Amino acid sequence: MSQPRDLARPVPTPAASQQHFSAFWELVRCRFLEFFREPEMIFWVYGFPILMVLTLGVAYREQPVPKPRVLVADGPGAAADVAALSAAGSGVTPHLLPATAAMEQLRTGRADLVIDRAAATAASVRYHFDPSRPESVLARERTRDALERTAGRRDLLAVEDAPLLVPGGRYIDFLIPGLMSLSLMSGGLWGVGFVAVELRIRKLLKRFLATPMRRWQFLLSIMVSRMFLMIPEMLLMVCFSRWAFGVRIFGSLWAVAVLVPLGALCFAGIGLLVASRAKTLEAVNGVLNLIMLPMWVGCGVFFPRERYPESIQPLLRALPLTALVDALRAVMLEGVSLAACWPEVATLLTWGILTFALALRIFRWV
Amino acid sequence: MNAMHAAIASTPAIRVSDLVKSYPGRPPVEAVRGLSLEVQRGECFGLLGPNGAGKTTTIEILEGLLMPTSGSVEILGLRWATAERQLREQIGVSLQETRLSERLTVGETIRLFRSFYAAGLEPMAALEMVGLAHKSAARVGSISGGERQRLAIATAIVGWPELLFLDEPTTGLDPQSRRQIWDLVERCRACGHTVLLTTHFMDEAERLCDRLAIVDAGRIIALGTPAELVASFGVTSLDDVFLKLAGRRLTESGRTDSGPAAPNAPAVSAGPDGFGERA
Repeated sequence: MSQPRDLARPVPTPAASQQHFSAFWELVRCRFLEFFREPEMIFWVYGFPILMVLTLGVAYREQPVPKPRVLVADGPGAAADVAALSAAGSGVTPHLLPATAAMEQLRTGRADLVIDRAAATAASVRYHFDPSRPESVLARERTRDALERTAGRRDLLAVEDAPLLVPGGRYIDFLIPGLMSLSLMSGGLWGVGFVAVELRIRKLLKRFLATPMRRWQFLLSIMVSRMFLMIPEMLLMVCFSRWAFGVRIFGSLWAVAVLVPLGALCFAGIGLLVASRAKTLEAVNGVLNLIMLPMWVGCGVFFPRERYPESIQPLLRALPLTALVDALRAVMLEGVSLAACWPEVATLLTWGILTFALALRIFRWV
Repeated sequence: MNAMHAAIASTPAIRVSDLVKSYPGRPPVEAVRGLSLEVQRGECFGLLGPNGAGKTTTIEILEGLLMPTSGSVEILGLRWATAERQLREQIGVSLQETRLSERLTVGETIRLFRSFYAAGLEPMAALEMVGLAHKSAARVGSISGGERQRLAIATAIVGWPELLFLDEPTTGLDPQSRRQIWDLVERCRACGHTVLLTTHFMDEAERLCDRLAIVDAGRIIALGTPAELVASFGVTSLDDVFLKLAGRRLTESGRTDSGPAAPNAPAVSAGPDGFGERA
């Protein structure tokens, strides 16, 4: 048991200390200590993004487009067609099947193309394909090419292939800046949002409010501590993707070193605003999902946002994740200077400052 | 000691008049209904009452954490509306329920709280005062309930406040831990702090408080030194005073269930006849 001894002994009035402690840095320090003493969190912040890079990197590593699966409907001339398509260089894998089974496979997406002929000697081939599926269109072109060649077509021009497989132009190069931005977003939103609500539930915010602590210092300290936590994560992602997939940064490292904390602070501000009124973790969870989902799909993380209609592009450009993805990609892939990214930087700053200011006004402490 | 404090001790530490706090609802819940009170500097004053009497609402209004619906509040001669920062530097607060971060150590916690104040104690001196110096490196999650409560009090005194608010400092503690808290409160008083505490334990109020107010249904129903209260009610202990008063209210109000006035006083186990097992 502990010591009643200490309390029984009379203690002289303790001497006052005028020593100055910086409340802001003490708050940041305590958030850090709390974070690193929770091993689970360390996995989610540092382990998970690496796993994501690894998984997506392997899934989309540069490999030849898989050979389309072509079904030849059983009938006149089918065996000859299968033989023609089996020849090296056809670029498809043919199978012979009864017509109804073949059509069923095409309908359910298990095959890319079905061909049939009216008669063995007929000079026409019917191509059943799905014009909305790239593999299906590719299967049709390759099959037609192979059948024409077998039928005696002669190519007039020599072909010289020059495949582009240099670092910087692959899908993984496109993906890494997107994944970095995504991590900054989820780290900022979840990290700050959950911490703020949890402190509120524990009544620690109320306890802090009862001290002379300045409120803006507290709110800023949550954001800044999260920002510092994100920097090693980003370093880890850059180094890992370089080591595992040879992803290079073409632009200046300094520009990246400015964009990363800026993005982290911007999303931390949004997280703070989301958490400013919420009383339960469930509530903040729901709102964060609502905010993140559209940005996951709309901001060009996994594919270029240019695929969306021109009419909604201004809206997409105004989103903070788009700004971060665009700026990071421009710097990392195209070597664009930070100054040239000023519209994106301005967007991030605006989001960060406005959300912080608003959160400071409406934040619920008790 | 505290020469500065002594020199400005002309106004009362706390002066409250006609305090009302009602929470919106159907019907509105009146937690505090016209409470007036004066606490002198250097005094240890107790708000005694059953759960739901309005003690916590009252103390949180005094601490500037809640806005009163009406009435005036003056703390150390200042008002919350005009001198919040100054007041925050001069008061120390221990809330009824605060879960300090379990992953921080005792020393880190006290250092954090010290950093909020412009002046105060060395963090280690505050821990010595509450008898936790030897636990400085222990995680908050690993210390006992009594030690956590003493740490909570340490965070309240680390700014060396003129006025200390302790909301139910011993609720939920074992007898030995309660005694340690009592020693600690007495030590704080001896150091010149004014103390306002709430409790629903008679023995605690009797032992610690110079004066106390018995609060029930948002009003003060009796006020005086423990000895005065015992004498004026012709009973032998504060327990009896409380049971008598609580019993009178219960028989007066019958069983009309009106908001927080609902009789639920587990600490005294008073039956509807007003006298519990001890009578």
